[in-house]
Amino acid sequence: MAQTPLIDVTDLRKYFPIRKGLLRRTVGNVHAVDGVTFSINAGETLGLVGESGCGKSTVGRVVLRLIEPTSGDIKVTGRSIVNLGRDEMRPLRRQMQIVFQDPFSSLNPRMRAGDIVGEPLKVHGVGDPKDREARVAALFARVGLRAAQMRSFPHQFSGGQRQRVSIARALALDPGFIVADEPVSALDVSIQAQVINLLMDLQREMNLSYLFISHNLAVVEHISHRVAVMYLGRIVEYADKKTLFASPQHPYTEALLAAVPLPDPTLKRTKHRVDGDVPSPIKPPPGCHFHPRCRYAEARCKVEAPVLKTIAPGHEVACHLR
Amino acid sequence: MAPVLEVSGLSTVFHTRRGLVRAVQDVSFSVNAGETLAIVGESGCGKTITALSLMRLIPMPPGEITSGSVKLDGQDLLKVDEATMRTLRGSKIAMIFQEPMTALNPLLTVGKQIAEMVMLHDKASSQVARKRAVEMLHHVRIPEPERRAREYPHQMSGGMRQRAMIAMALACRPKVLVADEPTTALDVTIQAQILDLIGDLQSEFGTAVVLITHDLGVVAETAQRVVVMYAGRKVEEAPVGEIFARPMHPYLRGLLNSIPHVNSARGVEVDEPVRLQEISGIVPALNDLPPGCAFSPRCSMSEERCTRERPPFELKADDHYAACWRA
Ligand SMILES: Nc1ncnc2c1ncn2[C@@H]1O[C@H](COP(=O)(O)OP(=O)(O)O)[C@@H](O)[C@H]1O
Ligand SMILES: Nc1ncnc2c1ncn2[C@@H]1O[C@H](COP(=O)(O)OP(=O)(O)O)[C@@H](O)[C@H]1O
Ligand code: SF4
Ligand code: SF4
Ligand SMILES: [Mg+2]
Ligand SMILES: [Mg+2]
Repeated sequence: MAQTPLIDVTDLRKYFPIRKGLLRRTVGNVHAVDGVTFSINAGETLGLVGESGCGKSTVGRVVLRLIEPTSGDIKVTGRSIVNLGRDEMRPLRRQMQIVFQDPFSSLNPRMRAGDIVGEPLKVHGVGDPKDREARVAALFARVGLRAAQMRSFPHQFSGGQRQRVSIARALALDPGFIVADEPVSALDVSIQAQVINLLMDLQREMNLSYLFISHNLAVVEHISHRVAVMYLGRIVEYADKKTLFASPQHPYTEALLAAVPLPDPTLKRTKHRVDGDVPSPIKPPPGCHFHPRCRYAEARCKVEAPVLKTIAPGHEVACHLR
Repeated sequence: MAPVLEVSGLSTVFHTRRGLVRAVQDVSFSVNAGETLAIVGESGCGKTITALSLMRLIPMPPGEITSGSVKLDGQDLLKVDEATMRTLRGSKIAMIFQEPMTALNPLLTVGKQIAEMVMLHDKASSQVARKRAVEMLHHVRIPEPERRAREYPHQMSGGMRQRAMIAMALACRPKVLVADEPTTALDVTIQAQILDLIGDLQSEFGTAVVLITHDLGVVAETAQRVVVMYAGRKVEEAPVGEIFARPMHPYLRGLLNSIPHVNSARGVEVDEPVRLQEISGIVPALNDLPPGCAFSPRCSMSEERCTRERPPFELKADDHYAACWRA
């Protein structure tokens, strides 16, 4: 158990300033990520779920330092990376990659697929052109694309194939860690299954770690080892997959699970609906962010923010009732 | 009970430079008052074009409805003139979309849009129409409907706009509501609210609903009857319990096996995730359909005959239809 996690994030925050007027004065902040702590071991998948706008993508980007954190620490194999300069970050960048939801907008439409996949090799000066081509061909084969497709442009691929191209690109530098930001959300279910299976096979073969971001709870349950549920910039529940799905302890997790329509007409629908919309992260509700929608809310929930507490080994919940 | 909506032999094509796109071929179904028929299938299989054909909203050209009838209370919508169709749209048959801004005018307040609809169809005075608009917003559970009626669509959240669109669609109590992926763009908690809302309004008004979705969970929770489409055609149809208990077509079976489940919620213990079943390959282009069964290039059960002869859509069991040689 004394294993150093591959990724170790502590009290991470990211506020986006809201500027108004001619002088672009800051009039407030979007509290996109508001104190998030988690870790990911080698070969492990951490699922990050929550409704749109809760800060999932921002967490993914900050962890890779594609955008800078407002505060907090990010350690990669025990070493803090938040203060590293460009040159020191460079070798780490090879280690950490990202795959996006919309493979179309994330791939350069004027580049051939083979060049897209080979670009990171070129940028990092790996091998000579011949080595690189061989490496790209091997990557194409690994993700289930034909070698002839190296010469095709992104628009000549189907959605699922484009996602294979972006996965091949992410794998080019042999990373240890991949942020997968809604990688199957735009795909049809039969194609979604192909991509999920591919990601899981790759993990086993290469001992990859994933931060798997999704709003789809069934997909997260399938692919993750541990799961963090986010609401308005904060993690409200954090546990191993089995515990989280079988005995959710946070009212929001419970509500999310109750809302998922199940593909089985013999099951009775749970009628515990949460009302209302997710409030704005510019002015989140005081106390527990979830209190306006929570059916268990009490007086103290409106004033006092619950902190994430360990209620059982490896199971953390932020709720006054637990 | 006679069905409110009876669609038979509907075919819609697009004349394009790349040839004839057969978007919908020989599609038939009927829906009773107060019931929901779900049309399910992957993107590009012809669901939206089916819906737009019912509403006669297909852009012509390049589109053309080449055959079939759409009978609403016995009247064939494909035969009436455009002026009549305009009055039927909204008053007898209405449609809601995945993206509410398809239906809402960004330049008018939500209340005004609903009121105009009511004035047009029910010949109501502007005062009465205005009151009805606020009532409708209240009905779709928009808080502070008086104030919200004075807002523009962009001032509302996604879920709220979806409600406003539903309020507008149902303001004149149409007999049929065609809902094209109404919750696909929404978060699950909001989706659950909207599906509940549609169901409640449906039982209150007796509306027949044609619900288009790619989500088998949504189908299981809302529909009484299910039509599965693949490459522009119906491939399976049955009551909801039957179709989930005994899926027949290899495509539907493949779909059901390829979706991950929220297992623990069903009381299933899973330690190591099992591999999801994949359906290999991709859907064929509708201007270049394979001969025989359109699913044959992806079907693990395909045999020689499947690649030559198209299987007829036929009765296979009590009230259960499928188009497959081997079902
Ligand atoms: N560059 C940015 N500037 C300002 N606000 C942003 C920016 N990026 C994201 N946000 C805001 O931060 C919040 C979290 O966004 P995001 O991380 O994309 O959420 P999610 O991925 O969970 O949908 C949202 O309210 C979003 O509008
Ligand atoms: N205006 C158009 N011109 C040519 N083809 C079209 C047009 N609109 C739709 N199609 C084709 O019709 C087919 C069915 O589309 P659609 O009904 O939108 O599918 P879905 O099941 O995803 O709703 C698709 O193959 C699409 O490319
Ligand atoms: S702290 Fe209070 S409002 Fe927040 S989830 Fe727990 S019970 Fe609900
Ligand atoms: S007809 Fe043949 S190819 Fe088509 S679904 Fe049935 S078995 Fe498969
Ligand atoms: Mg996101
Ligand atoms: Mg559609």
